[in-house]
Amino acid sequence: MSHQIILDKVNYIYGAGTGRETHALKDISLVIDKGEFIGIIGHTGSGKSTLVQHLNGLMRATKGNIYYEGRDIYDRDYDMKSLRSEVGLVFQYPEHQLFEVDVLSDVCYGPKNLGLSKKEAELRAYDAIKSVGLSDEVILQSPFDLSGGQKRRVAIAGVLSMHPKVLILDEPTAGLDPMGRSEILGLIKKLQKESGITIILVSHSMEDVAEYVDRLVVMNEGSIVYDDTPKAVFSHYRELEEIGLAAPQITYVMQSVREAGIPVDTSASTVEEALTELLRVLKK
Amino acid sequence: MIRDITLGQYYQTDSVIHRLDPRVKLMGTVLFIIALFLYKNPIGYILGILFLALVIKLSKVPFKFMVRGMKSILFLLLMTVIFNLFLTPGTEILRLWRIKITIEGLVLAVTMAVRLSMLIIGSSIMTLTTTPNNLTDGMEKLFGFLKIFRVPVHEVAMMMSIALRFIPILLEETDKIMKAQLARGADFESGNIIKKARAMVPLLVPLFISAFRRANDLAMAMEARCYRGGDGRTKMKPLKYKKRDYIAYIILFAFLAASVCLGRITMDIPGILMSNIGKAV
Repeated sequence: MSHQIILDKVNYIYGAGTGRETHALKDISLVIDKGEFIGIIGHTGSGKSTLVQHLNGLMRATKGNIYYEGRDIYDRDYDMKSLRSEVGLVFQYPEHQLFEVDVLSDVCYGPKNLGLSKKEAELRAYDAIKSVGLSDEVILQSPFDLSGGQKRRVAIAGVLSMHPKVLILDEPTAGLDPMGRSEILGLIKKLQKESGITIILVSHSMEDVAEYVDRLVVMNEGSIVYDDTPKAVFSHYRELEEIGLAAPQITYVMQSVREAGIPVDTSASTVEEALTELLRVLKK
Repeated sequence: MIRDITLGQYYQTDSVIHRLDPRVKLMGTVLFIIALFLYKNPIGYILGILFLALVIKLSKVPFKFMVRGMKSILFLLLMTVIFNLFLTPGTEILRLWRIKITIEGLVLAVTMAVRLSMLIIGSSIMTLTTTPNNLTDGMEKLFGFLKIFRVPVHEVAMMMSIALRFIPILLEETDKIMKAQLARGADFESGNIIKKARAMVPLLVPLFISAFRRANDLAMAMEARCYRGGDGRTKMKPLKYKKRDYIAYIILFAFLAASVCLGRITMDIPGILMSNIGKAV
């Protein structure tokens, strides 16, 4: 497997030299492989949003290096624009960046910036709109007339239409109802499976990420605390609580079951896994 | 970039000047500016500079911080000096080809530069030591008498404080939207003016929408708390003059009186200078 993104001791300091410095990232080293589904989790202000903005060059590290597909992105002749087309970033509340008169033109904005022809851009836009599960009717509507969940899908389509190789989503489920949440997350999982793109999901909700990601990076105060499979990370649930996070509720349920004397394996991180585990133990 | 402008930005610290009633500071600024324009001789300016130095010292705002803010108006200052220096008629002292410098021009240029710098520093002390909220409170109280003439003083003050409060929020929002569009391959830098203006559309439309959304939310939140304008509204922290404020007023008027007495003495500065130059030569 090839390493797609490598971060080497990345540091970022807000307001450097003003006397009100904040060390937002401290020696972050991270290797991201092609096709991975990574969750980055952390408390508000832990530096997770700052970190992902480094991955497509929107923020420049105060110290340290970032390599994308083997090339240093801080090289003077490195083409930032091409990096941004390959590493797509969907910001928090992405629906706030919509501006066009209709959905199709808004989704076309990205591909057009890549220098594609109108026709090519529209074809890509149409594919992207379909892939986020929007119906044909919305295509010519004003994005401002849509519902919150629909707007968010349009915004995600706007990034997908650029055909990124890495898709970063910063809190894609913030402010959505449970239904909208599972729809968006399901959609992301589907994208990863079908097109094989690398996905980085930033969240502060364990429940959100536990079910979908293969690897979990936990951040606290600008440093990486854990970098492991969700199961392994959740086994440290007491330490997670100390940094203001919590394991999924089902972890606590399984812990209580075990403490009550039933010998279950407590590593289940989703309700389904817990169910199979309970059934297995009870059948014995 | 925009954040670097320190002119008129609040500087957080605790000093006598910070604790003064905003009305005193407003009045003080106005009186100081009046005094500046009364001066007719160097004694007046020296008096003004001494007074300013005292206030700066008391305010605990680093002088460096103020000077940094002055950079943005350096160009204006320079233009004033140049125009006064070269375009004032009078006794010639220096001639380079067709450009001539007169003694009157020199005196006027120096006077204007000093006056302008003092004016800017003097008024920036007010904003440096007063939070925008306090400032609008002070203005509301100070101009309260205009209510008799049906001027909506409270409403204007409220609008001002909301507008001031929204500046950092909108700056942050601009930054966010800019990044989001950059992530979609936007290019705000290259191209000619028309292309650049077109590139701003994806930034300005979301910014306007978000400004309206925020304004709407704020209006709703204010209505939900039964805000209905200034009539009968009381303040959580009403402005009240304390001992130090009265002392400040006394000092201010003493300064004004001294300015009038000493600063108004007429002196023929160009004449005195000329005769001295003549003696030296």
